[in-house]
Amino acid sequence: MSETAPAPQAPRRAGARTLAEKVWADHLVKRGEDGAPDLVYIDLHLLHEVTSPQAFDGLRAEGRPVRRPDLTIATEDHNTPTIDIDKPIADITSRTQIETLRRNAEEFGIRLHSLGDVEQGIVHIVGPQLGLTMPGITVVCGDSHTSTHGAFGAMAFGIGTSEVEHVLATQTLPLKPFKTMAITVEGALKPGVTAKDVILAVIAKIGTNGGQGHVLEYRGSAIRALSMEGRMTICNMSIEAGARAGMVAPDQTTFDYLEGRPHAPKGADWDAAVAYWRTLPSDEGAVFDAEVLLDADELEPFVTWGTNPGQGTTLAGEVPDPAAIADPQLRDSAQRALEYMDLTPGTRLKDIKVDAVFMGSCTNSRVEDLRAFASIVKGRRKADHVRVMVVPGSARVRLEAEAEGLDKIFTDFGAEWRFAGCSMCLGMNPDQLAPGERCASTSNRNFEGRQGKGGRTHLVSPLVAAATAIRGTLSSPSDVEAEALV
Amino acid sequence: MDAFTTYTGVAVPLKRSAVDTDQIIPAVYLKRVTKTGFEDALFAHLRQDPAFVLNDPVYAQGSILFAGPDFGTGSSREHAVWALRDSGFRAVFAPRFGDIFRGNSGKQGLLTGVLSEEVIATCWAAIEADPGAAATVDLQAGTVTLSGETYPFEIDAYTRWRLLEGLDDIGLTLRDESRITQFEQGREAWRPQTLPVRER
Ligand code: SF4
Repeated sequence: MSETAPAPQAPRRAGARTLAEKVWADHLVKRGEDGAPDLVYIDLHLLHEVTSPQAFDGLRAEGRPVRRPDLTIATEDHNTPTIDIDKPIADITSRTQIETLRRNAEEFGIRLHSLGDVEQGIVHIVGPQLGLTMPGITVVCGDSHTSTHGAFGAMAFGIGTSEVEHVLATQTLPLKPFKTMAITVEGALKPGVTAKDVILAVIAKIGTNGGQGHVLEYRGSAIRALSMEGRMTICNMSIEAGARAGMVAPDQTTFDYLEGRPHAPKGADWDAAVAYWRTLPSDEGAVFDAEVLLDADELEPFVTWGTNPGQGTTLAGEVPDPAAIADPQLRDSAQRALEYMDLTPGTRLKDIKVDAVFMGSCTNSRVEDLRAFASIVKGRRKADHVRVMVVPGSARVRLEAEAEGLDKIFTDFGAEWRFAGCSMCLGMNPDQLAPGERCASTSNRNFEGRQGKGGRTHLVSPLVAAATAIRGTLSSPSDVEAEALV
Repeated sequence: MDAFTTYTGVAVPLKRSAVDTDQIIPAVYLKRVTKTGFEDALFAHLRQDPAFVLNDPVYAQGSILFAGPDFGTGSSREHAVWALRDSGFRAVFAPRFGDIFRGNSGKQGLLTGVLSEEVIATCWAAIEADPGAAATVDLQAGTVTLSGETYPFEIDAYTRWRLLEGLDDIGLTLRDESRITQFEQGREAWRPQTLPVRER
């Protein structure tokens, strides 16, 4: 925890490499020549029901086996209901996808955690929880938020269905090296400001395409001070800045989180691993293709007002006036966003009333996130008109939360305490907003219709979600405390 | 994936420009869980027009498409290639293609060749003068022959080589299988294992 990141402007040093470059180099099966891509080895392949069926179908058509079932693991998450999980899934497409995954896992010998299993949950929660996600490895999954796993200092990125098939068949991927971008956050976060606010501020600053083609390495004292959960929240949303992946250099926080988890190395293997992991942080003088600096002391709770994660501002602010935006494309998109969101320029964000609060998704559904939410709502009642859903990221998180009594805090508050899954993060399962409904959500995408057709999403941190659930309007935790003092 | 050397099949004039992937296969067909069987989805919306070229029985066996510029632009869905392939198409010629569609085609054994707008117009006229006529593609020579005329088309050298060899991405990678095995032998014991640890 005590090591400080090298100054971003440190002079270039020959041979100095970034974290991303080191991990890449250690996975090169073959270096591409004459413009051909590199062949990169994949240490861990995560599967879920939506993007895997055609990949298995392709293997079958060519009579190919899965090369390394022992480096592959599957879970059910996107389509799964979060109540009545013992009943058959009503939606036919959803049910078919789940049943197909079960058949494929059986046929190809893949470990699968099905609905009802204690390790079932959102794929990006399950990997870290089992200790499968670790520093210095390559991780892929047919899902863009695979960037989450980069919090451990792994190279983790989302892939398409034909790449899923490619990895199943060969355990490798042909890839062109990514560019690197350093995102340095120095200073200390104020109370009430969390990792979620940091990443929303980063995306608002660099834009939803700002990271295109890059691996973002988050560094600086504010990042070092974050827990693994916070680092995962930040890396999770790298993709929303257009990046291929996000990474944080491993340190003692990483090792402490990993040690003793079911799949973490043991004994001599652990010692060898830690010795190697300590060599991974970017060398002093390593050069990034791009650099961005943020001052942690200045950050405030953040919220999105538009329909992409870059359209956000501090909670104390107002809905912006598109007319004041110089770039014509950004102006148009802001204009359309405000129409969809039914918002008027100049409205104070804290005056916006919500119909629902969603506490969940692979961005913020680990037990630490649930504790943060509980710390604000404990002993209180939600606003009458607001529907509040709390959805743990995995069945194990649900159990952990219940062991701590968090479920009781949530139900006393008036929230629904659900089973694990992607839930209202995307309108693919029964948990959806009705047209026109407005939601403060701890998830990662506020696209049109993302949480249900016609639904309106404001992305927030768990603390802001909790304060909003209490007051019924977008609120920061300090608003709740101020109220309590009156 | 079958190797592509020469191929002869019924030529189809698709006299439209900017046929994007949403027109090639509408989004509603993307929910399926298979990678084959998309023939009913090909041009599903366009086919609702009785006058659409593929509704003409003379083109029922069509397998070589001559299209207007900007074929396959739009969403990156790989299903567009699957729908063409499942419907029996082996080659598409157009003055310009969407980049991602073109990349996906090469990986799935569908040849995409660039012909100038004038040549495409000439081909359309030739096909309409003799509906149901066959065209012959010679990938080695890089030409397509129709009504006795031979036209050179453009295709990048790497894709051409892959089609000639009949290598999909996986086939290509598996040529290096010994290197993968060698790499695996050097992997450290601490790296993650998802299945219960076996005796080493
Ligand atoms: S929680 Fe949301 S973002 Fe995460 S994997 Fe599920 S659907 Fe994707």
